[in-house]
Amino acid sequence: MVLGNYKSVVAARSTDNEILKGAQDGGIVTQLFAYALEEGIIDGAIVAGPSDEPWKPEPVIATTKAELLAARGTKYTLSPNIALLKEATRSYGLDRIGIVGTPCQMQAVRKAQLYPIGMRDVPDKIALAIGIFCMENFPYQSLEAMVEDHCNVKLESVKKLDIGKGKFWAYTERGAVAQIPLKVTHKYEQPGCHVCLDYVSNLADVSTGSVGAPDGWSTVFVRTQNGENAWGKAIAAGCFETKPIEEVKPGLDLVTKLATEKITKNQKTLEARATFGVGKGLRNPYI
Amino acid sequence: MDVEKKVEKTKEEMPVVEKITVGHVHLSGCTGCLVSFADNYEGLFKILDDYADLVYALTLADVRHIPEMDVALVEGSVCLQDKSSVEEIKEAREKAKVVVALGGCAAYGNITRFCRGGQWNQPQMESYVPIAELIDVDLYIPGCAPTPQQIRNVCIMAYLLLKGNDEQKELAGAYLKPLMDLAQRGDEACGCDLMYDVINQGLCMGCGSCAAACPVRAISMEYGKPNIDRDLCIKCGACYAQCPRSFFNFDVMNEFEGISELIKGVME
Repeated sequence: MVLGNYKSVVAARSTDNEILKGAQDGGIVTQLFAYALEEGIIDGAIVAGPSDEPWKPEPVIATTKAELLAARGTKYTLSPNIALLKEATRSYGLDRIGIVGTPCQMQAVRKAQLYPIGMRDVPDKIALAIGIFCMENFPYQSLEAMVEDHCNVKLESVKKLDIGKGKFWAYTERGAVAQIPLKVTHKYEQPGCHVCLDYVSNLADVSTGSVGAPDGWSTVFVRTQNGENAWGKAIAAGCFETKPIEEVKPGLDLVTKLATEKITKNQKTLEARATFGVGKGLRNPYI
Repeated sequence: MDVEKKVEKTKEEMPVVEKITVGHVHLSGCTGCLVSFADNYEGLFKILDDYADLVYALTLADVRHIPEMDVALVEGSVCLQDKSSVEEIKEAREKAKVVVALGGCAAYGNITRFCRGGQWNQPQMESYVPIAELIDVDLYIPGCAPTPQQIRNVCIMAYLLLKGNDEQKELAGAYLKPLMDLAQRGDEACGCDLMYDVINQGLCMGCGSCAAACPVRAISMEYGKPNIDRDLCIKCGACYAQCPRSFFNFDVMNEFEGISELIKGVME
């Protein structure tokens, strides 16, 4: 159950070299949205686009492949994608919304669908919600400290950021690689992440992430009927190369291990919150 | 889904007598909540055909006095200096099994929080309170306006709760619980709730739901966290209620696909 409900899971990557060039892993999100846009499964997608500041994402509604390409790559800081969810149905006039987000943002999408309190017309217009795996996130100023102070690299010169193999990595445009142990980054984590009980976006239509798959590939869970429809069509159209997850290393075992670790650790945090004070506790959103 | 089939079956066999009775009680509100209910379009007719009789609604029907009813949808706050309003809210509580505060005014006072009297021709009418100041309220539907889809969901779930089988009652009870918890939590709301009960509690994760939910664009996301323009805020309670870190009931949310299908199914 730490991996949520799903219909199928594979290792996959896009067959489009242009997408793969700037993709974080297998280019799953960019490719699936590009295909869904082209096929009219969605008429726009809320993605983490570029902003004025380096590596600070700005939620945007992409209606072209070029805009999707501009949003490739993981930014390890907050992109409040849900802030555009209602607006997508208003001034943008979308009827079939695509949205990508972290597990907590997928939770926000489903809450908006089941309990639309300030989200008129949103529930029926979510066409494809793609969730990414997420262990934790960082405020922008944390990212600055991690990259500029700890990695000693200017944010402007960074080509790619990555968390993997127990380290935080910064790759520069000119080919330098800096890395720091993850334990250095822990104090910079967003505190709200420490009560999160979802690693692999259990509530998405399709969820994807790097863990479990080889470099350049992604692990993909297909979870809902909506997800299966879009994924099935995209596969039939030749958008993706896939491998059974059992045949790749490190495979689902590692995903399960990390998911269990995250949930166990954060459940402990939740328990500690209940008795945080003297005869008093902090609020638990889940009860 | 089994539940869906059972709902269909119940409806086929007992089309009219098994309906619940619903009333719309209009206090110091703007009728926007009722318009929102009507904005379910054919969905409203479906509800009235199969699940609920509208036994009282001054805007729509010629019943003059509050009758007995299963569910009272109460819109607007109460003016303490208006005797008949005070009588009406008390009567609604006596006559209704379930009292719903429909919309920001009934639940939290909303824009009437800013009332201070001094206007012709009732300058003494200066004190307005959300309905829970005077009566016990079972359930909140916050928002200004509340969404048609949320009102629809509450109507369907209230029907299942009162007329369904055990399984349906359980689902409806689980669905309605957080809205009942909101009613227990209190009747003061503001953008400040995001500070007091989410950010200050170490729970905000910067998703942006609050900014989307705010009807007056008083919330902007700055460096991933909500920044609230409190002079724009009208105190409707939507931001906190929509925030996934105010309540997030996994038992219901994990079933989002089935429940969405169920709702779609019963509305067809």
